[in-house]
Parts: sequence; structure tokens; C-alpha cells
Amino acid sequence: MLRERYINLIVLALLLVVPAHAYVTGEPFTVTLATRAVIFALAGVGLNLALGQGGLVSFGHAAYFGVGGYVMGILASHAQNYEPILQVPFLIEGTNAMPVIWLVAIVMSALLALLVGALSLRTSGVYFIMVTLAFGQMLYYFTISWPAYGGEDGLSIYVRNQFPGLNTLDPIQFYGICFVLLCAALFLVDRINKSPFGLALNGAHQNEERVQTVGINVYRVRLVAFVISGAITGLAGALFADLNRFVSPTMFSWQISGEIMIFIILGGVGRLFGPVLGAALYILLEHFLGGLSEYWFIYLGAILLGVVLFAKGGIIGKLAKREVSHDG
Amino acid sequence: MISTKAKLTLKALGTVTAVALAMASPTLADGHGGKVKVGLITTLTGGGAGLGVDIRDGFMLAIGQSGNENIEVVIEDDQRKPDVAVQLADKMIQSEKVDIMTGIVWSNLAMAVAPATTAQGKFYISANAGPAQLAGKGCHENYFNVAWQNDNLHEAAGAYATQAGYKNSFILAPNYPAGKDALTGYKRMFEGTPSGELYTKLGQTDYAAEIAQIRASDADSVYFFLPGGMGISFLKQYADSGIDLPVVGPAFSFDQGILQAVGEAALGVKNTSQWNKDLDNAANKAFVETFQAEFGRLPSLYASQGFDTANLILSAMAKADVKDADAFRAALKEADFESVRGDFKFGNNHHPIQNIYVREVIKEGDVYTNKIISTGLTAHQDVYAAECKM
Amino acid sequence: MNTLLLIEQILNGLQFGVMLFLMAAGLTLIFGVMGLINLAHGSLYMIGAFAAAAVAGWTGNFFLALIASLVAAAIVGALVELTIIRRLYARDHLEQVLATFALILIFSEATRWIFGSFPLFLNVPEVLKGSITLPGGIQYSLYRLTIIGIGLAVAVGLFLLISKTRVGMRIRAGENDREMIAALGVDISVLYTMVFALGAALAGLSGALVGAIQSVEVGMGEPVLILAFVVIVIGGIGSIKGAFAGAILVGLTDTLGRTMLPLVFGSFMEASAATTVGSALASMLIYILMAGVLLFKPTGLFGAT
Repeated sequence: MLRERYINLIVLALLLVVPAHAYVTGEPFTVTLATRAVIFALAGVGLNLALGQGGLVSFGHAAYFGVGGYVMGILASHAQNYEPILQVPFLIEGTNAMPVIWLVAIVMSALLALLVGALSLRTSGVYFIMVTLAFGQMLYYFTISWPAYGGEDGLSIYVRNQFPGLNTLDPIQFYGICFVLLCAALFLVDRINKSPFGLALNGAHQNEERVQTVGINVYRVRLVAFVISGAITGLAGALFADLNRFVSPTMFSWQISGEIMIFIILGGVGRLFGPVLGAALYILLEHFLGGLSEYWFIYLGAILLGVVLFAKGGIIGKLAKREVSHDG
Repeated sequence: MISTKAKLTLKALGTVTAVALAMASPTLADGHGGKVKVGLITTLTGGGAGLGVDIRDGFMLAIGQSGNENIEVVIEDDQRKPDVAVQLADKMIQSEKVDIMTGIVWSNLAMAVAPATTAQGKFYISANAGPAQLAGKGCHENYFNVAWQNDNLHEAAGAYATQAGYKNSFILAPNYPAGKDALTGYKRMFEGTPSGELYTKLGQTDYAAEIAQIRASDADSVYFFLPGGMGISFLKQYADSGIDLPVVGPAFSFDQGILQAVGEAALGVKNTSQWNKDLDNAANKAFVETFQAEFGRLPSLYASQGFDTANLILSAMAKADVKDADAFRAALKEADFESVRGDFKFGNNHHPIQNIYVREVIKEGDVYTNKIISTGLTAHQDVYAAECKM
Repeated sequence: MNTLLLIEQILNGLQFGVMLFLMAAGLTLIFGVMGLINLAHGSLYMIGAFAAAAVAGWTGNFFLALIASLVAAAIVGALVELTIIRRLYARDHLEQVLATFALILIFSEATRWIFGSFPLFLNVPEVLKGSITLPGGIQYSLYRLTIIGIGLAVAVGLFLLISKTRVGMRIRAGENDREMIAALGVDISVLYTMVFALGAALAGLSGALVGAIQSVEVGMGEPVLILAFVVIVIGGIGSIKGAFAGAILVGLTDTLGRTMLPLVFGSFMEASAATTVGSALASMLIYILMAGVLLFKPTGLFGAT
């Protein structure tokens, strides 16, 4: 356990030092890359609650990521054009204030997760994997053919949204915002994992009957975890949209669901910092292999394969040399 | 057979890229002396890679031929993902400090990158995508399009269908913005009434249901816009269905890169394009010859656009320093280069005013290719230009 | 829409379904026997199509090309099983998903490296070209009818293989109890390799059959992979019967939905809006179908509970 904690601290320290160093030495793109990694890590932290802790393998988390993105896109585009979103029955206007956008993104993706979770949790195993995928695909095709917000072309926002007191267009300040949110999510998930609720969730993963006999409603525990998980990933989606100043249906594609899953497996399933390390590594690989060869996907594939075959429990598992601890 | 060709291409490619990257060295050259750094983002992996590879090869061929050592090109692969394209654009502008961006194939990626690029004071010169938004109200002084506005080829097809005397075409396109624009463009110039209008799923590969509807309709012709693999699938299945209504399409589905995969099914089909390899001008002859010698395949529409884009940039470099944005913009606007399309000029919205030709798919020896049979639209400008306040 | 057109569309739906079955059969067999989720099944489909296109290009013979697709996919399948896949049987679904996703990346780019970035040519053979007139005056493509025939033959063959032969008995035993069959002295690893190669060969065959009327290009396997998963989940994972029922259901739903929905919406909406809404809903239809089936039968139509 101690060893894993050291690894976590090192990861956190690197996430602080590398972007700061890049900023000082005038390499804004490294800061952008780090921001991307931190946002993907946040999405992974969300999924990890359902997947790692709860054993709920959702292959459709792109749905929440995309909803978060579109909340940002829709609110900001209306603010940009000074057109209200809704006039009847009451007036809803767009906004470019990040905190408001985050709140709406969290609420909307939580609502969607509530709906999808309530239906999907009736199934289990591979059926659960596939039914969550089905909901993601529905939203993907819906956004492609829905003309109001750009369809497949997506939506461009020309200026990044505002955060009181900060200049969000400055890469390092936007990075700071994302980093703080990631830390907050890590803190929240850590508290959840150690709470009675988290223990019940994990217990249900290990042995469903045993938890049930204690009188805990497993379905309800899982549903709550699924909703929190979707909400965190939704927040990440809103940030990702702000990073790119652009949203499009590709945020809903099954490849995104797969990528978020890869971050977790790469780093270590069920480990608090698994998705953080996984996302950072993935971004690094993408960046450096991309320059190596036109066929760099072959190398990426080989590396991922190697991790599955030879580093059981992901990179953190390999480094910490211990099974995930479930005692909190 | 195909594999050897592909290997040849790769070898050739390696040399061109190497030459381009070696040009960073500070040496004197003719012209204005200002150095230019170009960021070329295009699709080099996955299903749509053929188009991106052609744009890049055409572009680098022109750079190589110019011998101009003051231009440096940075090439990146967007994997056809908008968010990756945005990241790469940020990287090129922030850390590579490029002056000009180009290369993007797809409209949705261009919409993600081009406005952000021009907003940061850089030039974006599109070698392919020409979404309506960037031609009309959203036009920008630093945005140039060397290829076409998205509607152009469809409009020419509508005009051709009218000339050919078709009264009720059956028209279909994928259900996404470019698909809707395509059918709107066709109907804008088509004087008949479509007997049926269908939107198919993006990425759909089986068209049996749509073909049955065409057969059951009273249409006298078929117009379709199905880019990439979708078009190959549709044409093969259409040819196999035994329906003999004439087919009209934009050049994208009859381009050199995919025509060999469609084969006989495409023979005789009329399609519209602003370029073809038999266009009679010296620049084009030289381009087709050298491209074939360098890469071992015939150039495509996309390659010709990449080639023209590079030559446009080179022509502007000879007249102005890119650091003087106003002068460089004026030099670009003049479009003083030998286009492989013959005459080339920009309209007020920095989109081409050009002829669009009607081509027919023919077989030359073993190779399927196109020949021009008539001019569909002469000196055509897009309809959005009027909305552009430039 | 008249009756003849409706019948033609039903045939189209059947043909699409039968084609999906060829993909889904291998997928469900591999899951049923070895408990493996194989995302790389779509790559085997692509390999079959490319092998067929290459052989058809060299020899000009479509039937040799079909054989090549079977052989190439089976060999690649067996090799991958021997080197990589067999290490995954004992792992959880999550690791299988990641490993086979990595295989997709490798296969796709390696194919592009060998064959180039442009689509390949593969055509329907002369003898199967054109259409024939069915009773009632329906013009229908001979090639599509052939696909329906091959698909049905494969379905019957698989059914016989599993219910009547010794190998089939072992496969069934393997599905029920892996330890027991090993205890019976059956060399389980050989059986696993055979099942995987069989599934791969079916995927390759389906890639080649479809490649003749579609585009043979890198990435062609992924959309059909997702559809095949939808099929086996609807049918109940591990069940060949379920895969067949699911495939036909998905084929019909997709084809009929695509043609009927815009008409249905057109009856009470303005025409162009109806086309847009109808097509949008049609593209989501099979996922709605799948979610619906799972809500009422959480283990699919023919799945074990």
C-alpha cells in the first residue's frame, strides 16, 4: 500500500512540475498536451468508480463525455450568438461562465446515467457491456443527424469560456483549473471508496450474495455509483470541449468509450491513480509514436498488448507489486 | 500487384519528405527571402488515408520541384478525428510557430481547425474542404480555399442533368451536413423535380434497400453523393442490380484513387470535377507526368489540389514576406501561379471562380480513368460569396 | 409502398441478416466455448476480404478467392490464437477487450502497410452477375440470392456439426464445463485453436462475400463487428440458434426501418423533415431494438439464464 502511495505522489508531482516547467521554458503545447491528459484522466476517474470499484464494465461512457461536451457547446454557442435557448415556457439563456456550464454538464450527464443505469443494471456481464454500448451508439447517430447543432460538423466556439478571476485562454491557467478539478474528483472518489457505500459497492463486486444477505440493495448501490461515475465523466467532457473550443459527435463514438477504458486498464483497474497514470502514458505514447512512423498504430497496439499480457494489474499494479487493496 | 505499387509509393514518399525537412537550413534563395513554415495536417491513417496521402504527395511534389529552400513543411496525421486535428493545429501554431496551415480533407475537421487558425492571425489555405459557413458569413481575410466550395461540384451535376434533359432524378446522400448540402446544391441547378430523396446512414455499406426504392420509382436518372467506401459499395451494388438509369455524381466517387476499386461498374458514368488529367495546359501535363514518375500512380483530384495549394503559397512567397500579413494576403489573392486547372482566380470570399467540367469514366488499357466531355459550369462562383463582407 | 417492393425489401433484410450471421456465428461460438470477447473478429473479416481481392487479382477466379479468404483468415486466426489469444482465456472481459482492441490497431495498420491506403477491387463473378426474376415478377440480384443460400447452408452445417458430430459434442461439453472436458482426456487446447480458426474462417468468408459488393478497405471490419455484437447479444451469447435469430431480426429491422420510417413520418410531417427524422431514427433503430430485448430478456432471446 505504501509503495502505491509513493507512486501516486510521484504522478501528482509530475503533473505539477512538467507543465510548470514547460510554461516557464515557453512550450505552450506541452501544457496543452498535459491538459488533455488531465481531462482524460478525469474521465477515467469517473469510469473507474463504476468499472474498477463496482465491476460495472460500461462500454458506453462516451455518452456522458459527449453530453458534457454538448452542454458546453450548446450553452456557449447560444451565449456567443445572443440567442436564448428557450423562450417558452420560460427564458433560458446561454452562458459562457465555466462554473455554470460544469454544473449543467454534471446534472445532465447524471440524469442520463440515471436513465441508462436504471435500464442497463438489469443485465450483467457481457450483456451489460453491450447494452451500455448500445446507448452510446444511439446518441452518436442522433447527434450526427440532428441538424440544430451542426450534425457531424459539430460546433465551434471561438473563445474559451470564462472563469471568474482567471484568464482561461492562457494555457497554464486553464491547466490549473483542470488539475484542481481532477484533484477534487480524486479526493471525492477516494472518500467514496472508503465510505460504507464504497465498501458495499466493492463488496457487491466481489460477492453479490454476501452483500445482499446483509440487507443492502445491490441494485440501488450500483445505480448510485453509476450516476456519480457518469457525472464525473460528463464534467470531463465539458472541459475537453473547452480545451478544443469545439464539440462534435466523435465525442460519442465507441472508440472514445474504448479509450477511456484503456486508460484505466493501462494504469491499473480499481486503483485510485490508475486512470491518471494511464491517460498520461497514452497521451505520451500517442505524441511520440506519432512522430516515429506513418504506421505508428502498430507500435501502440503492440505496447497495449504487452501491458495486458505481461503487466497484470496495469502499470501501477506492476510497480506496486500488490493486488488492489479492498480494505480502504 | 497492388502491394508493389504501394511500396513504391512509400519509397518515393520517404525521399520527398526528407527533402522537405532538410529545407530548414538557412540558405539564400530567390524571391523575397522571407522564410515560410507550413503546417500540413491531413489524414494519413485509417480508412480515409488515401485522400490525405494524395494531398500530401501533390503538395510535396510542388515544393520539391520549386527547389525553394525557404519553405519548411511540417506534416501531421489527424487520424480523421476532429479533436486530434485541433490538438495538432494548436501544436503547430503554439510550438512549431507555423505561418500557414493547410491539408485538411474533411469539412468537419476543417470547421474545427480553420476558424481557430485565422483567429490567431495565421493563414489557412484549404486544399480540399470548403464548408458553406466559411464561404459566406463566416468568411475570413486569412482563409483561402484552393479547391472548391462544397456545393460547387453538386451544382455542376445539377446543371449537367438539366442539360442532359433529365426531368426527375432520384437523389441520395448520407444523413449529415455535407450530405444535405450536396442535395441542396444539386437541386439548386436542377430544373426538374426529384422523384425521390433519400438520406442514408453515414458509413452505410449495404444499399439494397435504397436500390429497390430506385427501381420502384419513376426516376429517369440517379444522383448520389456517397464519399469514400460508401460510394464504392453503392456503385457495385447498383451495377449488379441491373437497373440501367443513367448515374451522375460528383468527382469524389470517381476519383483516380478509388476508381480501380469500383472497376467496370463505373464505366460510362458522368461526374463533375474542376480538374482532370486530360485538361490541356502545360502545367497540368507536367504535373501528371512528374507525379506518375515520382509515385508510380496517376494523380487524383486531391493530388492536383495539393499541388495547386503549394504553388499558390510559393507564388505568394515570391512577392511578399509572410511576416507582412497584408502584403502576403494580397499576393495570395492575386493567385499568380500556373494552376493545373488552367485559369484560376479567387472571388471576393477567397474561394475559386472556376470552370467545372463534366467527365466520363473510361478505360485506358487496364486503368479506369476519366475524360472530360463538356464544361458543366463556366467561371462559376459559389452562392455564399454574396453573404461574405469582403 | 406496394407489396412487390415490400417483398423485395424483406429479401434484402434477409440477405443482410444472413451476412451478419456469418460474422456473428464465429463470435458467439468463440464466446460460448472459450468465454472470450474478441473485438478483433472484424479484422479477420477484413483479412478475408483482402486475401480474396488479392487472389482474385492474381488469378481472376472468384472461387479461388473465396477459398483463399477462408484459408487466410483461418491461418491468421490459428496463429493469433496460438500466440496471443490463448493467454487471455483465463483473464477477465476487460483485459480481453483491451488486448483484442490492440490487435485491431495492429491488423488494420499492417494491412494498410502491405496493401496501401487505397481500396482494393473485388467483383462479383460473371456467372453470378445480374438479376433473376422470382415468382411474382420480382427482380432480384442473383449474387444476393447466392449469399442467402451460402449463409443458410453454413447455418445448417454448423447446426449439424454441433449437434451430430464428435467435435460438436466436445464443443458443447466445453461450453458447459471446461474442467470436465479436460478431465475426459480431450486435448482442450487443440479444440480451442480449432474453434477459433473456424470462427475466423467464417468471418473471412463473410468478408470476401461482402467485399464483392462493397468496398474492400482498411477499417471495413469495425462497423460490422459492432453489428455482429448487437446480433449475438440479442440472440443470447453462445447460442448459434440465437445468433441466427438475432441476425435475421437485426437485418430485417434495419432494412425495413430504413425504408419505412421516412414514409411513416411522411404521413404526418412535411416531406424533407420526415426524411431527416425518419433516417435519424432508422440509424438508431437496431440499438433501440437491442436495448428493448435486453430489458425484457436480460440474457437475450436464446441465452442461458
